[in-house]
Amino acid sequence: MRGKCVIAGVGHTAYGKQPGRDRVSLIVEASRNALIDAGVDKAVVDGVLVKMANSEPSFLYGQRVAEALGIRPKVGGSLDQGGAANAALISYASMAIDAGMMEIAIVCFGDNPRTGNRQVYARPRGDDAVYGFYSTAAGYALIHQRYKQQYSVPDAHIGAVAVTVRDHGARNPNAQLKLPLTLDAYLDAPYLIEPMRRDDCCLVSDGAAAVIVMSAKKAGELGIDHAVPILGFGQGQESWDVHLRPDLLRTMAIESGETAFRMAGLTHKDIGVAQLYDCFTITPLITLEDYGFCAAGQAAAFAAEGGFALDGQLPMNTSGGLLSETGTPGLPLIIEGVRQMRGDANLQVGGDKSCIVSNQGGTMHTHSTLILGRAG
Amino acid sequence: MSFPQPADTPVAKPYWEALKRGELVFQRCRHCGESWLPARESCPRCLSPENDWVKSNGRGEVVSWIVYHTAYDEAFGSRVPYDVTLVKLDEGPQLLTNVVDSEAGKRLKLGSRVRLKVESEGDVALARFQLDDD
Repeated sequence: MRGKCVIAGVGHTAYGKQPGRDRVSLIVEASRNALIDAGVDKAVVDGVLVKMANSEPSFLYGQRVAEALGIRPKVGGSLDQGGAANAALISYASMAIDAGMMEIAIVCFGDNPRTGNRQVYARPRGDDAVYGFYSTAAGYALIHQRYKQQYSVPDAHIGAVAVTVRDHGARNPNAQLKLPLTLDAYLDAPYLIEPMRRDDCCLVSDGAAAVIVMSAKKAGELGIDHAVPILGFGQGQESWDVHLRPDLLRTMAIESGETAFRMAGLTHKDIGVAQLYDCFTITPLITLEDYGFCAAGQAAAFAAEGGFALDGQLPMNTSGGLLSETGTPGLPLIIEGVRQMRGDANLQVGGDKSCIVSNQGGTMHTHSTLILGRAG
Repeated sequence: MSFPQPADTPVAKPYWEALKRGELVFQRCRHCGESWLPARESCPRCLSPENDWVKSNGRGEVVSWIVYHTAYDEAFGSRVPYDVTLVKLDEGPQLLTNVVDSEAGKRLKLGSRVRLKVESEGDVALARFQLDDD
């Protein structure tokens, strides 16, 4: 599938608070912007794939979205993999296009937990609530603690992830949180769920994002000169809840990354920029290790040495990620990857190398990977 | 202010009933010998529906832990800071629990040995643990 399909356009809403607006109307706005960016008429779109809304899972959601878009798709529906679903849907769209089932797809997501209902992120975790086990953050905190203890990692090394990504977000005019973070401020903040502090946790945001997927051939016919080739994709699912895993520090992101690299025919040295899902600071560290960019236990030192900075070895989350740009899961990272590969990113990093994007959901339950190549 | 309750399901009933007797039990597959928690009908390894509830020796070790400094439910408002600890039993199954003498996690290390200390919250008996200094 290497390079057979492209991301031909991207769009999104403002991120942050969108009081009074429902998630479907946000998706329509983002999709309109993506169609304008691609220069594609809605009439030729014959696929609509949407990630399930975290804050209100619902039946036949894909059809509600398609109706709002005024499209009767050949291929449509919604997918629930938590935050991994966006990259997964782009891979499914690519395969369905390659199979001749459709030609041009909108892949989209929108939600409004910021002004709407964010209870999903604070909920009791099944029967373990009797021991006080609540919230999405808690499972990640168990992984964070194991990582910190097993590898004797100083808090400052994990905090470096937040400091770096917040620096990128502070320079993004579209970011929800444009407040830079110092390492001292990170360390001075009280614990929420120890060892996790406030700034280890991503934003909760209203907003929507969308991308247009089509074959490279179609993009050529339509004269779209900034189409970004999808070189590789992969998935992997851990399934076990965090506390039932035999190893808290390795996930099926290993298989997801290997699949994507193999499809792309690339190795780590071909990757020049990364957009790694940063719902919590521990997440991109585990992903970096699972992807094989550094050895187990070394990712936090990599962050502390500036490896994720714009002039570092692997610039990461160059628009501010979930920690700073928007908590809207998944697609905004993909959109920033597309912009880096087009050469029109806000904080453009140089070179002609490719971009790796990770999406993941649950508590590292699900994982999906995209490798994007330079446009043109 | 109500304390959270475990779901009252037929498959989990032997687990919660055993704790009321002061015993921690787990399921073991009659077909392949796999051991697991929490309760389920079929073996997650070989999918056999035939299994037995086996009494644990109540001993295990700490795999990870977290400390809540904020309460997500008013039932825990007066308990912060409190630990939630991941324990691996000597027999293999893993579970989340509280270590009652952990001093909000300060005394915990990876591999700390712990032993069962059943405590009641209302009508429910919980599989809490305490540090095992033996």
